[in-house]
Amino acid sequence: MAKSLRIIPEKCTGCMQCELACSWVQTGMFQPSRSLIRVNIFDEQASYAPYTCFQCDEAWCMTACPVNAISIDADTGAKVVGDANCVGCGLCTIACPFGTVFYNPDTQKAFKCDLCDGNPACAVACPTGAIEYTESESADWLGGWAEKVNESYLQSIEGGNAA
Amino acid sequence: MSNGGWTGTILRVDLTTGRISKEPLNMEWAESFVGGRGLAARYLYEEMDPAADALGPDNKMIFATGPMTGTNASTSSRYMVVTKGALTNAITTSNSGGHWGPELKFAGYDMLIVEGRAPVPSYISICDGDVRICSAEHLWGKTVWETDDIVREESGQHDTVVTCIGPAGENLVRFAAIVNDRHRAAGRSGVGAVMGSKNLKAIAVRGTGGVPIADPQKFMSAMWEMKSKLVEHPVTGEGLAAYGTAVLVNIINESGALPTNNHQVSQLEGADNISGETLADTRLVANKACFGCTIACGRVSQLPGEAQDKFTVTTRPHNWKIAVEGPEYENAWAMGADCGINDLDALIKANAMCNELGMDPISFGATLAAAMELYESGAVTDEQTGMQLNFGSGEALVAMTEKAAYREGFGDELAEGSKRMTAKFDRPEFFMGVRGQEFPAYDARAIQGMGLGYATSNRGACHLKSYTVAPEILGIPEKMDPAVTEGKAEITKIFQDATCTVDASGLCLFLTFGVGLDEIQPQLEAVTGISYTVPELLEVGERVWNIERMWNQRAGFTGKDDTLPKRLLEDPIPDGPTKGEVNRLGEMLPEYYELRGWNAEGEPTKEKLASLGLA
Repeated sequence: MAKSLRIIPEKCTGCMQCELACSWVQTGMFQPSRSLIRVNIFDEQASYAPYTCFQCDEAWCMTACPVNAISIDADTGAKVVGDANCVGCGLCTIACPFGTVFYNPDTQKAFKCDLCDGNPACAVACPTGAIEYTESESADWLGGWAEKVNESYLQSIEGGNAA
Repeated sequence: MSNGGWTGTILRVDLTTGRISKEPLNMEWAESFVGGRGLAARYLYEEMDPAADALGPDNKMIFATGPMTGTNASTSSRYMVVTKGALTNAITTSNSGGHWGPELKFAGYDMLIVEGRAPVPSYISICDGDVRICSAEHLWGKTVWETDDIVREESGQHDTVVTCIGPAGENLVRFAAIVNDRHRAAGRSGVGAVMGSKNLKAIAVRGTGGVPIADPQKFMSAMWEMKSKLVEHPVTGEGLAAYGTAVLVNIINESGALPTNNHQVSQLEGADNISGETLADTRLVANKACFGCTIACGRVSQLPGEAQDKFTVTTRPHNWKIAVEGPEYENAWAMGADCGINDLDALIKANAMCNELGMDPISFGATLAAAMELYESGAVTDEQTGMQLNFGSGEALVAMTEKAAYREGFGDELAEGSKRMTAKFDRPEFFMGVRGQEFPAYDARAIQGMGLGYATSNRGACHLKSYTVAPEILGIPEKMDPAVTEGKAEITKIFQDATCTVDASGLCLFLTFGVGLDEIQPQLEAVTGISYTVPELLEVGERVWNIERMWNQRAGFTGKDDTLPKRLLEDPIPDGPTKGEVNRLGEMLPEYYELRGWNAEGEPTKEKLASLGLA
């Protein structure tokens, strides 16, 4: 069974330690603008949500790449950008439906989460356990979350109709 | 020469001429004053006449980060606003967290120096090297939260961070704050009024650069060690995370040190209603961290349906339906206990309004408490106040919060702060503060060391300059008896100096509940590549304290200002566990001067200044 990153937004405090850790791996500096995990802060809803590539099965980034620069790491299952092949066209950044593949203006290449070769720095850095790197049947843990959102959306519509 | 921590560049904006310049950081000063509060004080001492009008164009504002700001050291979010305070006319050093400080660093600047006065309402937009002065005529009158939304939208960048003033700053309310990230404030001494006097509404920052570290390997090991200690410590690992700073309400109340009804008594009936525990049980919806913080003391609360309509503020009803930050301990005290109020919903509303309108809830609450005493003693009438201002009235609190920010009706009197207000109504003895700034949430009669700390604090009464509550009440690092004066001069000096160093580093003072300079020293050294010993870091702090003191002397302050109101020195606490206590400042102050190397008038001696490199 492969390990995957799992995010539990209810535990996130918005401290950005994951962004700091990720940017350190990417650039050797503390530079959140180059982080591959991004924390979104929704103040009025008291919601803080880290968000990164969860290595989805469909991997539209791979499909879109015209030079086959993105491959699957045999050990971790991560979809990894090969710098030697990447031409920096940015198609993968557009293809990703989750917005988790980025263009790095410094290297002029695409970059995305590669699970840090099996020891993701973001999960190590998170002080509240909001980011876990654990065994799971499927990397597609967002499915359950999407179902929950959908359910509450349907409920709100029904509530609206009842009123 | 350093190759980490500092960016090495200062941004200077002259609002009068519109000139924007970037200049190299004075690295000699950076080494001896580190950054933040210290480095900014050095620049302010060099560049500005302390006798200048706080609200005039000759006052300067320095927004300063430290070398640790923006790193992944825990609590690396801090920036300092250093200027002449509109409330105090003394040097002030107001500290804020959130995301603004790190973003300034990522944009490439250690400090921003703002000078002059813009001819029209303006805001500063910083996007890495691209710095502009933009019109803010469309923003004038907007609240902090509205301004935050509009300026971010105008920047075209989702990640832009905004610090700004609200209507209180525009209206030169003497205790107006500067607020970033909607709820984080450089709160005290009227820094928001100084910004308002400069016609400066906001400063938007987006930075895409990074903070390099001189010795990464050493830094990572020291950084993890401090984080582990913070997790293991009962205050930083459990108490603050579970209950926020308001965990102190019950502790300080039970100690008989919670000033109530404008310091007339020292315990509040029903204090538990406004405690961190009750907040967690009934109104808390999330913990929120500042940038880089592994403690996450920030509270996010929300009023349930039935409580949303309590208290009659009819403007901006949307605000009572959303999640808002706070209340924190100090706010819960000032607007709660000091006003005799134990209704948590009143505090949540008033606190959110202070953030939204850009006002310091400590000085506002304490000024309202003084107004309530004026009212109950008959010094002001219903006609003057426009409503009943009795202690305990949540209705008065919520109504007056808005009136003070807009200077409407009696709010115009409150907006002057309690020293000016009580003097105007011939009851100066009702002013509870030092150097024009209202006390925070600890009765100096019940905690002797706090009295000395308040009396000698350069920016006026403040809990964040020598928090001897830690040893005297909480037993951190070791328990001291709060009722004795012996040893308090020494501990106050050490705490003042160490606090200056933490404030200069870019870290948050709250981490010192769990760790100290021993843990900060290796991180600072690894970040900057400059070797500092712990005694040298304490000396940095002492240097900062003395330069602030010298600045104040040039602004006209003397040793005579190192005092407390008569109520704390002569009127014993009437009841409770600390009954009969007064503050015995006279037993501590001469020893303090001596330990500081100051003369009997409280002036730093030539020898002391020479030893600190300040002569």
